[in-house]
Amino acid sequence: MWNSFRTDSHLGITAEITTYSAGGGDHIHAYVSRPKGDGPFPGVVAIHHMPGWDEFYQEFSERLARHGYAVIAPDLYCRFGHGTPDDVAAKVRSQGGVHDDSVVADCAAALTWLQAQPWCSGKVGIIGSCSGGRHATLTASKVPGFSALVDLWGGGVIMEPDQITPARPVAPIDLTADLSAPILGIFGNDDRSPTAEQVDQHEAELAKHGKEYEFHRYDGAGHGFFYYHTPMYRQEQAMDGWAKVLDFFGRKLG
Amino acid sequence: MCTNISESAAIKGAGKGPAGWFALNQATVGFDHATHSEAEHALLLDFTNYDLGTDARVAVELDLTSGRALLEQLKATIEAAEATGLHG
Repeated sequence: MWNSFRTDSHLGITAEITTYSAGGGDHIHAYVSRPKGDGPFPGVVAIHHMPGWDEFYQEFSERLARHGYAVIAPDLYCRFGHGTPDDVAAKVRSQGGVHDDSVVADCAAALTWLQAQPWCSGKVGIIGSCSGGRHATLTASKVPGFSALVDLWGGGVIMEPDQITPARPVAPIDLTADLSAPILGIFGNDDRSPTAEQVDQHEAELAKHGKEYEFHRYDGAGHGFFYYHTPMYRQEQAMDGWAKVLDFFGRKLG
Repeated sequence: MCTNISESAAIKGAGKGPAGWFALNQATVGFDHATHSEAEHALLLDFTNYDLGTDARVAVELDLTSGRALLEQLKATIEAAEATGLHG
């Protein structure tokens, strides 16, 4: 739970940009944050949102690290070049977005990288928001080995035929039978992607396939309600949502 | 929400960024998460030349009303320009 650390504890984290061997053997950037010490710490792969590998995701990762997790947040846009996060995201947008296969390969490699670290317990979760929620769901449906999945308002888990693009050729909901991790879903009822109806569809599909899931839906919140740097932020819902995330990871990765 | 609405086209012109003027060769128009606007979503206009680097970009975010107004301005101005016979 947030703000429940002991005041006599020796809390400390390390956080830095590094590189790791990602999909196709490419060395791409990643933000790695973890508690100080030898561990072993449970791991988390954090997948950034469409606006890019940005400062929000660094702080997002640091929050998880402060709560005991070794977090790797790959720069999924790394191959498009470098600049400020919004410049890079604009370039990616102009080229139709990052390909799903590239994301899945980078996240699979991030899982392997974490599990090879002496300070990682080997239990690894995956989390993402917005497009990252979709990517997290997609990855956990195609790559075995994750012990927990958190989908934060992932838009495009359910896709209409006209939403299929070369970069996004598959609707993750169609891979639900292959989902290999319990899933926590956090959604705002005013969101338009996913809509409340799409969240219902997703939940029904998980139930149909006997998957372990926990979905939480918040009134008075739309998309991106954890984003304290935007007008989408909803304090009460975000803090409760974070509590759900930390509780879920605690139970599944502890 | 991520709309993934984005259209790109080759263009010819010039834009001014923090380092001065540079040649433009691409325009991308999208409607998706705003980076700096108050609104959750905005029309995203990017005039770029990625041959010169990722930061060779003139970025504009507009609401839809402003976008329509701009469209009308462009249309009227282009028609007036063509009527002069000075283009080309």
